[in-house]
Amino acid sequence: MTATAEVTLERREVVPLRRTAAGLWSDAWYRLRRDRVTMAALAVIVLLILVSLAAPIFEELVFRYKFDQQDLLHAYNPPTLDPIYYIFGADEIGRSQAVRLLYGGRVSLGVGFAAASLQLTIGVGLGLAAGYLRGRIDELVIFVITVLNSIPQIFLLLIVASLFAPGPLPLIGIISVLGWTQITNFVRGQTLSLREREFITAAKTVGATTPRVLFRHLLPNVMPLIIVLAAIDVGTIMLLEAALSFLGLGIQPPIPSWGNMLTNATQYFFRGGHLVVTPGFLIFMTVLCLYLVGDGLRDALDPRLKTH
Amino acid sequence: MRSLKYILRRLLYAIPTLLAISILTFALSRLAPGDPVRLFTFGATDLTQQDIEALRHTYGLDQPAPVQYGDWLWSAVFFDVGRPPSLASQSILYHRPAAGLLFERLGNTLQLALAALLLQLLIGVPLGVIAAFKRGSLTDKFVRIFAVSGHALPTFWLGLMLIYLVSVNLRLLPSQGLLTIGHDQWDIPDRLRHILMPAFVLALAGIANYSRYLRTETLEVISQDFIRTAHAKGLRERTVIVSHAFRNALIPVVTALGGILAVLVSGALIVEQVFTWPGVGQFTYAAVRSKDYPIVMAGVMFASTLLVLSYIIRDIAYSVVDPRIKAS
Repeated sequence: MTATAEVTLERREVVPLRRTAAGLWSDAWYRLRRDRVTMAALAVIVLLILVSLAAPIFEELVFRYKFDQQDLLHAYNPPTLDPIYYIFGADEIGRSQAVRLLYGGRVSLGVGFAAASLQLTIGVGLGLAAGYLRGRIDELVIFVITVLNSIPQIFLLLIVASLFAPGPLPLIGIISVLGWTQITNFVRGQTLSLREREFITAAKTVGATTPRVLFRHLLPNVMPLIIVLAAIDVGTIMLLEAALSFLGLGIQPPIPSWGNMLTNATQYFFRGGHLVVTPGFLIFMTVLCLYLVGDGLRDALDPRLKTH
Repeated sequence: MRSLKYILRRLLYAIPTLLAISILTFALSRLAPGDPVRLFTFGATDLTQQDIEALRHTYGLDQPAPVQYGDWLWSAVFFDVGRPPSLASQSILYHRPAAGLLFERLGNTLQLALAALLLQLLIGVPLGVIAAFKRGSLTDKFVRIFAVSGHALPTFWLGLMLIYLVSVNLRLLPSQGLLTIGHDQWDIPDRLRHILMPAFVLALAGIANYSRYLRTETLEVISQDFIRTAHAKGLRERTVIVSHAFRNALIPVVTALGGILAVLVSGALIVEQVFTWPGVGQFTYAAVRSKDYPIVMAGVMFASTLLVLSYIIRDIAYSVVDPRIKAS
């Protein structure tokens, strides 16, 4: 008995014991704080969001250059510190790449977070309902998931995106209506196993209504999983936005998004190579950090799942 | 016997799924604004409204949508049994059966997908196994960073950057097409030079996936008792890795092969677009833009059927390789 305990102890990472017992969330936060990679990634994301939100402030006070201001004499200006607004260079009509990246970030991050929260709302709602209520609802949800999962996503997006005038709002709608299946599957699976547990039976025995069981007892238990999925989802959606832009079906100029700035820049590859680098790098960094945060959160929230 | 029944049942269940997909695709592609007749007669100034109506009638585009769908179904699935060939499954632009046109380009996509699969296995699998055996080392850290970042790269950006670096600046590899124009189509070295970059771009996410997957799987296997027994017997480290650990860690990789091939075939769309690779994805994309409905239908149905079949094959492979998983 002691021998086994020693072996397992040896293999685990040594996390100092805490003085007081804590709940799931503060425990997770404690573990997360010690995970430097995840914290760094989280910091990058928060920074990007704050800087994007503050785009008008940067535009007015730092760069002093409007995001749609043109200067044809300085088209394709390479990155320079003088003037400061060309720090990332100028695009094909002399607009400031830096200011446009700030505004593009608002759109790209906005689409990512908005579509992900819509997907989560649909996915969690349907997953809980299908998994807990079973029966007809479950069968219907499963059939729709099977159909949607059997069409390669890019084909489906291609056809649906050509239905609408491509703007941020239709894009959010399309991505969330077509992309909820994976989340639903996860939540449904969790719900199926949770509904057989004693605490649910106990809740029902004392007369809890179905909505109460769903939202007060089941939902908190799938919450950790949902948060992990959300972080990864935002990243995937941002990649989709870029891919759709490349196919000409994303958000259209003059509204800047990282995806369409990147696509647009590829037409001027030889005259303004610098224009291709920055939006692509920002998308890559953001998605990378989101995936890292997702990984870190999974380890922090469920130490049993830790993938070493 | 039981498994045969299982396979039959799965195939039977695939029918309503594919029917629903065809209805969905049909409805969505026709809801989109734009008219194929107007698109391909664009610029013809001597065309009267009557001509346009006549053309629309020829292609059956003036019929109600359900009738058009029935027409397509009979033509595409039942090969026009008991009636003269209909135009419903023929390309509006090419005046040839859409399935045939697609089939001509299938070889190119399969080449690309198989090359990518090969790269994934040749690079991803060793990376994962090495990382697992050298857990905690610098190599391990590198593989783990690579496994996450390989997913985070926008495919088309990577493709374009590679074209810029390798083709434009270094002039090492060609940037587009299957082979150099004028070369013999069996000029294998030339074809390899053309396929290398697109295959790598298509493979990257999978390489990342495999290395990560194999790392976790190998770690799990080498912590089991039979590995300790093998070490205790005094077997060489290499024998333990290759014939004990590796073989067991590979099981999930083998069972996932079918699904991965289907993902590669449909995922090739963007890569084909970047490298002007004349494959199924690029062809379907062009058809969506030019409203060539029969080709859109053929392309989506082909990719979906492949995906559905690969799900079935995957599930069967699971139960064959690992008898603990019941085929239920």
